Amino acid sequence: MNDLTKKQKKMLRRILLSAVLLVLVKVLCGLEVLPEHGLLTALCYLAPYAVIGWDVLYKAVRNILGGQVFDENFLMALATVGAFATAEYAEAVFVMLFYQVGELFQDYAVGKSRQSIAALMDIRPDTANLETEDGETEEVDPEDVEVGAVIVVKPGERVPLDGTVLTGESSLDTAALTGESVPRDVGVGDDVISGCVNQTGVLRIRVTRPCEESTVSKILDLVENASEKKSTSENFITRFARYYTPCVVVAAAALFLVPTVLLALGAPLGFLNGTVWTDWLHRALIFLVISCPCALVISVPLSFFGGIGGASKCGILVKGSNYLEALAKTETIIFDKTGTLTKGTFTVTAVHPEEGFTQEQVLESAALAEQYSDHPISVSLRKACGLKPDAARVADVEEIAGHGVCAKVDGRTVCVGNSRLMERQNVNWLPCELPGTIVHVTVDGFYAGHIVISDLPKEDAKDAIADLKASGVKKTVMLTGDAEAVAKSVAAELGVDEYHAELLPADKVDWAERILSAKQPEARVAFVGDGINDAPVLSRADIGIAMGALGSDAAIEAADIVLMDDKPSKIATAMRISRKTLRIVKQNIWFALGVKGAVLVLGAFGVATMWEAVFADVGVAFIAILNAMRCLRVEEFRK
Amino acid sequence: MKKRYKFVVDCANCAAKVEAAVKKIDGVNDATVNFMAQKLVLDADDARFDEILKEVEAVAKKVEPDCELFV
Repeated sequence: MNDLTKKQKKMLRRILLSAVLLVLVKVLCGLEVLPEHGLLTALCYLAPYAVIGWDVLYKAVRNILGGQVFDENFLMALATVGAFATAEYAEAVFVMLFYQVGELFQDYAVGKSRQSIAALMDIRPDTANLETEDGETEEVDPEDVEVGAVIVVKPGERVPLDGTVLTGESSLDTAALTGESVPRDVGVGDDVISGCVNQTGVLRIRVTRPCEESTVSKILDLVENASEKKSTSENFITRFARYYTPCVVVAAAALFLVPTVLLALGAPLGFLNGTVWTDWLHRALIFLVISCPCALVISVPLSFFGGIGGASKCGILVKGSNYLEALAKTETIIFDKTGTLTKGTFTVTAVHPEEGFTQEQVLESAALAEQYSDHPISVSLRKACGLKPDAARVADVEEIAGHGVCAKVDGRTVCVGNSRLMERQNVNWLPCELPGTIVHVTVDGFYAGHIVISDLPKEDAKDAIADLKASGVKKTVMLTGDAEAVAKSVAAELGVDEYHAELLPADKVDWAERILSAKQPEARVAFVGDGINDAPVLSRADIGIAMGALGSDAAIEAADIVLMDDKPSKIATAMRISRKTLRIVKQNIWFALGVKGAVLVLGAFGVATMWEAVFADVGVAFIAILNAMRCLRVEEFRK
Repeated sequence: MKKRYKFVVDCANCAAKVEAAVKKIDGVNDATVNFMAQKLVLDADDARFDEILKEVEAVAKKVEPDCELFV
C-alpha cells in the first residue's frame, strides 16, 4: 500500500475513520444505548456520513449549479440523502462508504495499469555521454546533443540516440524494442538504434538524428497516442453511457412517482399490495445507485490500452485501438514475398556439376572468377564457397554486362554467367528443374555445370502461415514481382493459398483492390510488407502491417501496425493479442450490462437492496478493471 | 493546427463528457480526450487557436470542475 498517492492515502484514512465511526454507532444501537430511530440516532449516523461523503455532496451541488444533472456525485448524493430521509441511516452510510472504497480501488487500479505501461515504455535514457573536443565525456540531456556529435555508450547503458559506430564492438540487446531476446552484434560502421542496451563493449557513436526524431522517441510517441484512434466498441460504450444514465434516472423517477400517486388515489392494483410510498422511494434510490456509467466507460479503453501495451512488449506497435480491433476480424492476409516471407538475400541452394567435375570445383571456379564483383549473386557464391579471395589465382577478369564474367583461374579460362552467356559462347547448357536464378559455369569452353541461387524463405515463415490459419485467417495471398516459377515453389513450400507473380508495384495495388472488393463486409484484409516500395498497398489495405521496421522510418510512417523485427510469426502473435483484447472487452461489456440490468429488475420488484446496487456499480467496475488488466499480460505469446 | 496537452481528469466518463463538450466549440475541428494517457488532443483553427484553447479550458472546467489542463 506504499505506492498509493497522497490523495489516495487521504481517502483511505477517511474510509477507515468513517468505517470505525459507523461500527461504533451500530454497536451503540445494538446495545440499545441509542434508539433504533429518532433524531439522536440520525445525528450519530451523520458523523460517519459526513466524514466519507462531504466531498460527494459538495461536488453534487457544485456540478448541479454548473448544469451537470446526471453527474455521478449527484446520483450518489441523491440516493444516500434519500436513504437518510427514509430513516435508513446505516444503509445510507454503507452505500456512501462502499462507493468511496470502489472509487479508490478504481483509481488505484487505473493508476497501476498506467504505471505498468509507463514502465514498459521506460526505454528512453535521460542522459547521454557526449564526447567533448579534449576527449573527455560529459553527461548531457540527449535533447541537447546535435547531429554529428560523438557519444560514448558503456556496457550496461542504453543507447540514447540513433547513430553509426565509430569505434568499438559490442552486442546490443534489442528486447525492449523487438521483444527478441537474441542480441544483435554491431561493429565499426554499423547503425545503432536508440533504446537498445549495450551489453559487452564500449561504443563510440556518431549521432545521425536529433533526439526528437530518434527511433525510441518515435516509438514512444506512437504507443502513447495509439488510444486516440478509438475503436468502435469504445465509441459504442461512450454513446451508450450518454443515454443510459438519463434513462435510468427517468425510470427511477417513474418507479417512485407512479406507485405513489396510485397509492394516494387508492387504486386497487395487485403490485401495490402491502407497500407504502417509502418502499417505492427506496426502490427508486436503488436505481440511482446503479445508474452510474463509469464501470462501463472505464473498462473498454483500459482493455485496449492494455492490449496495445502488451503488444509493444512483444515488439508489435499498434497505432490505434481501431487497428487492434480490426486485426481480430482479419480473414485475408496479403503478403509481399521478398523481404517479408523470404529473407531477401540470395543463397546458393544447389550445385549441379556435369560429368568430370565435382560440386566443389564448380563452386570454387565460379567464386574465384566472380571475386571482384559486388553483385548479390557474386556475394552469395563467395559466401557458399567459403574461400578467401585470392588475387594470385585469378587473372584477366572480363565482365560482360548482362551476361556474366570470364576470367583465367589457375591458368584455365572460366566463364560464369546466365544462359545468354552460354549462347554467346556456343556452349550446350542444360536447363535446371529447380526454381531460382541459374548460374552456368564453363571451364576451357566445356560446360562444367550450373549453380542454383535463390532467395530462401525465412525460418519461421512456414509455421507463421500455419499459425495464422490456426488462429482464424481464411485466406493467405502472396504477391511478388518475381518470376512465376519462383513464386510457385515458394507458395507451395510455405502453404500460401494463392499467389500472383511477375507484378509491378501498380499491379500489387490492383490485386489488393480486387481482394478488398471481393471480401465480406465485416471481414478485414491485412497487407504485410517491408514498407520499402509497397507503401501504396500498405495504406490501401484495411490494415497495413510493416515488418523489419527497426530503423526504417518509411515503414513506421506508412503502416498501421509495425513489427519491429522481421519475423512473420509475429503477425499471428498480434492477432492473438487482438483477439484476447476483444474477448476481454466483450466480457466486460456483457458482464457490466448484465449485472446492472439484473439488479435493476430485481430492484424494481423490491428484491434487491442497496447492497446489490452498490455491487452493481463499484463492484462491477472493479471486476471489469481487473479483467481489463489481463490484456497487459502477454507472456503466453512470447516464446 | 493539432496540439497535445496534458489533461488530468479523474474518471473515464468525465473524460468522455469533456470530449463531447469540447468538440462542440466553434472552431474546433476535432478533439480527443485520452483518459488512459491523460491527454487532450486539440485540432482547431490556426488563426484563433489561443482563443479557442481558452474556451476549451473554460468548457472543460464547466463540465468537470475537477479536471486540469496543462497549457
